[in-house]
Amino acid sequence: MKRFCAVLAALCLIHPALAREAAPMAEDPVVEERLVKIAEELRCLVCQNESIAGSQAELAVDLRNEVRDLIKAGKTDRQVKDFLVARYGEFVLYRPQFKPTTYALWIGPFVLLLVGFVALFSYLRKRSRKVEDAPPLTEADRKRAEVLLKESQS
Amino acid sequence: MNKFLLPLVAFVALIGLLAFGLTLNPREVPSPLVGKPAPAFSLPKLHDEQIMFSPQEMKGKVWLLNVWASWCVSCREEHPIIVEYAARGVLPPVVGLNYKDKRDDALRWLLRFGDPYLLSVADVDGRVGIDYGVYGVPETYLIDKAGVIRFKQIGPITRKAMEEKILPLVKELNQ
Repeated sequence: MKRFCAVLAALCLIHPALAREAAPMAEDPVVEERLVKIAEELRCLVCQNESIAGSQAELAVDLRNEVRDLIKAGKTDRQVKDFLVARYGEFVLYRPQFKPTTYALWIGPFVLLLVGFVALFSYLRKRSRKVEDAPPLTEADRKRAEVLLKESQS
Repeated sequence: MNKFLLPLVAFVALIGLLAFGLTLNPREVPSPLVGKPAPAFSLPKLHDEQIMFSPQEMKGKVWLLNVWASWCVSCREEHPIIVEYAARGVLPPVVGLNYKDKRDDALRWLLRFGDPYLLSVADVDGRVGIDYGVYGVPETYLIDKAGVIRFKQIGPITRKAMEEKILPLVKELNQ
């Protein structure tokens, strides 16, 4: 039991260190900051819903090193991203470029929203017109309504 | 009746789209390198570290670059197929790119499972792998006489991929 507690205590001590994302190595903090900023925008191809900054996959570690080297070599953010796109395709970008093949991706949701609004408004207009156009009640209708109301009260 | 026709059509179209999406494999990300020259490299041979190999040496030949590793589980699924087709003499020369592996492990793996490769090169730190956009071993590149990548197989080569894609393309490129 004592031993168990010791292990548990040790685990509690380790935990915060493990939880940190892609702990930057003790290196140039400016480079590391740029690395994290770029890496967060890049998809890891092994665990596709993780960024290269967050993924523990070996490829992500390699790619972080590669990006770090490119930054140190004086490349701009743009050049670093182009480097990876040239090898892994546009899929690595979480924010794909705005160009003909991605128009549908970028504009599609707004088009759908617009279609929804147009449909909604045309439906509402049609409905209010239907209410206005309804023929006025006749004397017989009124009597029937009264009878029905009374029935429901009793 | 007419009132329900439009929503019904839209619904069926949506289902069709989603059903199509389910048949796609999200792990298969088309490589931007297909149609581009195979990236140059110079790596030591696995069997003789003193000798370097570069893709330049394969100019004028149709060849396959197969990325493998001893730690890669699905390589064991693919390997017998490569061995079998290479033994039948229907495969073009296959160069192995031993990716992020230990030399001893790699050599032992080849002894155990067979070595269908013209030669293998050791990409110990995976740098060449990055240049080729490797993200999941095994991967295989079909490279033409001019050194242009014509096809990339992501994941293990299946019998079907071999018969329906790789071999017909090799035949076409060799003409």
